[in-house]
Amino acid sequence: MTTKSKAKARRRLVLDVINHAALAIVAVAFLFPFFWMVSNAVRSNAEVMAIPVRILPKVFEWGNFVAAWTRLPFGRFFLNSAIIAVCVTAITVVVSCLSGYAFARLKFKGRETLLLGYIGTLMVPPLMLIIPLFLIINRLGMVNTFPGVILPISFGTFGAFLMRQFFLSIPMELEEAARIDGASRLRILIGIIVPLSMPAIGLLSLFTFMGQWNNFLWPLIVMTGADNATLPVGLTMFQTQQGTQWNYLMAGATLSMLPGIFLAIILQKLIYNSIALNAGMGGR
Amino acid sequence: MLDKHRSAITQSKTRPRRWFRAGEGRTAFFFLLPGLIGILLFLVLPIFASIALSFTDWQLLGTPHFVGFANYTRLFTADPQFWTVLRNTVFFTVEYLILNIVVSLGLATWISSLKFGQRWFRGIFFLPTFTPLIAVAIVWMLIFTSGGLFDSLMERLSLPFSGVLNSQTLAMQAVILTSIWAGVGYNTVLFNAALDMVPASYLEAARIDGATAWDRFWKIRLPLISPTLFFGTVMTAITSLQVFDQIFVMTKGGPGSATATLGYAIYQRGFQNFQMGYASAIAWVMFALIMALTALQFWFQRKWVHYDN
Repeated sequence: MTTKSKAKARRRLVLDVINHAALAIVAVAFLFPFFWMVSNAVRSNAEVMAIPVRILPKVFEWGNFVAAWTRLPFGRFFLNSAIIAVCVTAITVVVSCLSGYAFARLKFKGRETLLLGYIGTLMVPPLMLIIPLFLIINRLGMVNTFPGVILPISFGTFGAFLMRQFFLSIPMELEEAARIDGASRLRILIGIIVPLSMPAIGLLSLFTFMGQWNNFLWPLIVMTGADNATLPVGLTMFQTQQGTQWNYLMAGATLSMLPGIFLAIILQKLIYNSIALNAGMGGR
Repeated sequence: MLDKHRSAITQSKTRPRRWFRAGEGRTAFFFLLPGLIGILLFLVLPIFASIALSFTDWQLLGTPHFVGFANYTRLFTADPQFWTVLRNTVFFTVEYLILNIVVSLGLATWISSLKFGQRWFRGIFFLPTFTPLIAVAIVWMLIFTSGGLFDSLMERLSLPFSGVLNSQTLAMQAVILTSIWAGVGYNTVLFNAALDMVPASYLEAARIDGATAWDRFWKIRLPLISPTLFFGTVMTAITSLQVFDQIFVMTKGGPGSATATLGYAIYQRGFQNFQMGYASAIAWVMFALIMALTALQFWFQRKWVHYDN
């Protein structure tokens, strides 16, 4: 190797290191609000508002998490959020598998038209339906009940479309043998198709669950009783009570973020692959 | 010959299949039924109800009266707040959309230039996407609250930006900054994934031909990912026209109406004043705006989006 090319290689290495370090600094700055949230969750409320601002608390009050969980009561909100998100996800997956299978494998009159209609409904912005949906729930006497929150948001058409696309990629031969043996369509779906479709079902479950865990406006409107509030709604309830309890609020915010952060880290690959799929569909 | 053979096979296959198919329509009906009931009750019915409502003066209690286009004429001619709300929504959408696309594309390109740790950086910028927007907004409200971290930072730097959430002009900027932090991760991962799909051979060929990194970005990578860029822009525009959560937490539409958007107005009219008819009319204006912006983008894409084949 000549000295010239050696010098060039070394210069490239230095530039590489600088490039990584610079983005690392940006990333750390990006994470700062998370740090600030936790740092304010574990100090006294007086210290949150104290001037000058301290980056780290004088005394770490880890008990704030327990207090927020029991006293405010974020434990209850956590449970409400979990019930709603799990139920919506379960209904969405079951309904989407059934409809997706019908679109992918069953011949019936008007199939393509109906599918087009399903896709068309994706263009309707959810915010538009809030008022009539509330009036329907009100008429059904389901305001401030779990079915009232869960049912209206469990029938999105995206899932049916996603599952159809996935089912189409499963070779027909796999179910043909079962059909000759006289197995019913439902049996084939549950016994053969669903076990093969776990990647798509996982994806649908993950994004439905997170969407509902983070949902705010719909539970805010339907769950009028304080006991039935979800985590995001519960967080806003303590925003204006005589002098905001910032430290508890930050503790509650931290707790509300934990499931999402946990899932985002352990399911990194699934998330990337699913978004890459979008990139591919938009791309080619 | 082979074709003949093949068709003979498929023919022999279709015969037993037709026997199975006898009840397919019925089976399909039962498979689709749960979804169809849900969609009819919670999607189709509400859409028509919303149209009908927007022509009434229903206030939740009492009986609704048909009022024709009165709600719409009142919106555009008599309501002093409506034009502000419309302007705020468009302002938010345009600034947020541009910033989101520029920042996420920048981060995606930067990440794709790394030799190590791509997935860690991607993961970090994606984190806020999976956290409740309400919680994010509350954290940023603490940062921006008067006498808070942001104010003391501005004081340290002797910059005249304090109490931003109480400022007519700066409150919206605080909301936009929060939204960017919360929302830039998805597009970053999306664009990064698209950049990963650009064949390395194209870039190598350009490098050999002497194209600079700058040229390779603008002339090769950007055109190749332009369909994904378009997809991201359209989706981001649709969600940002419906902005609500951040505003509910951080400013409640204030100070005055400085940050009131269409989404917030729908909530306020519908669920605080119980003007269900009037709020429905606002919802349809929002829908029209979403459709118009999407159509505009589809029309404009011919100028900059390159599709293969």
